[in-house]
Amino acid sequence: MIMNSLYYQKKLSRNVGDKFFTSLSVFCALIAILPLIFVVTYILIKGGAQITPELFTLEPNPPGDDLDAGGINPALIGTLVITTIASIIAIPVGVGGGIYLAEYSKGGPFSKFIRFGVNVLAGVPSIIAGVFIYALIVSTKILFGSMYSGFAGGMALSILMLPTVIKTTDEGLKLVPNELRYASLGIGASMYTTILKITLPTAFRSIATGVVLGIARAAGETAPLIFTALFSYYYIVGFEDLFYEMGSLAVLIYNFALEPYDAQNKLAWAASFILVISILTVNIFSRIFAAFTEKTKRV
Amino acid sequence: MEEKLTLFKNRKRFGIEKNIDLIFKNTTLALSSIVAIVLFGIILVVFFQSFESFSRYGLNFLVTSEWNPVKDEYGAFTAIYGTLVTSLLSLLITIPLGVGTAIFITEDFVPKFVREIVGSFVELLAAIPSVVLGLWAIFVMEPFFREFFVFLHKFFGWIPLFSTEPAGRNSLLGIIILVVMLLPIVTSIARDSLNQVPKKLRNASYGIGASRWKTIFSVILPAALSGIMAGVLLALGRAMGETMAVTMIIGNSNVFSWSLLSPGYTISSMLANQFGEADGSQVSSLFYAAFVLMILSLVVNIFAQWLVKKFSLKY
Repeated sequence: MIMNSLYYQKKLSRNVGDKFFTSLSVFCALIAILPLIFVVTYILIKGGAQITPELFTLEPNPPGDDLDAGGINPALIGTLVITTIASIIAIPVGVGGGIYLAEYSKGGPFSKFIRFGVNVLAGVPSIIAGVFIYALIVSTKILFGSMYSGFAGGMALSILMLPTVIKTTDEGLKLVPNELRYASLGIGASMYTTILKITLPTAFRSIATGVVLGIARAAGETAPLIFTALFSYYYIVGFEDLFYEMGSLAVLIYNFALEPYDAQNKLAWAASFILVISILTVNIFSRIFAAFTEKTKRV
Repeated sequence: MEEKLTLFKNRKRFGIEKNIDLIFKNTTLALSSIVAIVLFGIILVVFFQSFESFSRYGLNFLVTSEWNPVKDEYGAFTAIYGTLVTSLLSLLITIPLGVGTAIFITEDFVPKFVREIVGSFVELLAAIPSVVLGLWAIFVMEPFFREFFVFLHKFFGWIPLFSTEPAGRNSLLGIIILVVMLLPIVTSIARDSLNQVPKKLRNASYGIGASRWKTIFSVILPAALSGIMAGVLLALGRAMGETMAVTMIIGNSNVFSWSLLSPGYTISSMLANQFGEADGSQVSSLFYAAFVLMILSLVVNIFAQWLVKKFSLKY
């Protein structure tokens, strides 16, 4: 009888309670992975069925009774253009700012304030970035008299990318061992040569991963674009199109999902397919890349 | 780094090298201050644009729900109420789900690779653009829940929250899609804070005879609480500012209703809907609403950061 207390007793209240909470936790995890599975499956099925060569080359038709919705070429190119503009603005500013925080700042009030500001900026709702650019650029027509433009959209997106880029640069540079810096300075290199030739290249992988994830995130943002870049049904042909309304996959999905016509809805699913597949690919690859980097570092 | 470089500073260097160094340093300094400029710029611009509406309606704007561009009467109560209710209720559902999932990932109920797969699935969910979730919500989730909402109204209609006939798109759907969007945030931050709890604490608890869940509830969760709280606050900020998915599914109606089964509004969905076509004093009122949203999310975010700093684990 005494020996019994050494064995696992199923009916003991603590064991029953443990079983109950364990199953509860498994249940939570099951619910948590359901949305991704459902969303991705539906997009693969509903969107995948719409993929045709014409989709990539045609303009979308304005919503109406005609059954053929056309393609998403302008939106696809628009997303690439707007994201590129955002990257051209946000990456230099972010990497430069990150260099200052990690390499030069002495932990004084200024750098503390900037780090705090980066976190606050990361928490600013994305639609506020759109509102800000609307007030600054769209309503003032400051860009050569153009109102809604792809350029304004790119600027709004760059505000959202900036905190991510600064943070990943700052954190990536902080991981570089100080010995490398001392060695470089010790053989007579100046500060900026050390940073550009030694520390930045060492931290390149982690910075690049973070920046690529930031770009992927920005590519799917809609809220900052709906009243800065607006939407366009027409091909992007030249440089001057930057200063006119520009379509994007995200805004196309938003506009066409709310249309009552089936053809437009199908186009929205097709655009979602392309957007989600590219974003997930980038995410999965950078994850594998990051895991690989970690392994090689340990050796 | 710089404080240790006194020897480097005393080194004899060519003037040109010193100058290039100085220019480089000041360039990065200027680039980093752009963050501060943008942040203050956003606050100032939104504030000044909303000034006209602010001086006309004052704080009444926050408590009236008349939104009539024809009569020039604006009040954002419905949208503010909608923002608070959708974000708080969705958070209430997300916290147990997210923390439960985080416990599943950090404990060893199942082999490690299964947990890693679950973890990365939850994180990949965060990468899905919100507009795609909105599309999915419109065409898949809304028909799926339709019957359930009818049932909810039939049997729980006496509760004010379910007192109206279910409309096609409604606040409750907005809450559900917000849960999907908040889940990755709460889960990944809760997981990180649970992982940071030292093994010693767990072993000590097992050593004095506590069961696994007694250990989790009495030792591990309290130790990780500050991190989890910060994650929850970040999620709250995100929920209040979330625009696309909510706009697409919440129904966008400025008519105030207690019921979650009737169409609702949030500040961000109001902005998304009306900003493009607004003119005159409506623009200023929308800026006012944007200002309210910004202050709400700033307060929540700053509080979250303060919490992280104040209670970060010190083992």
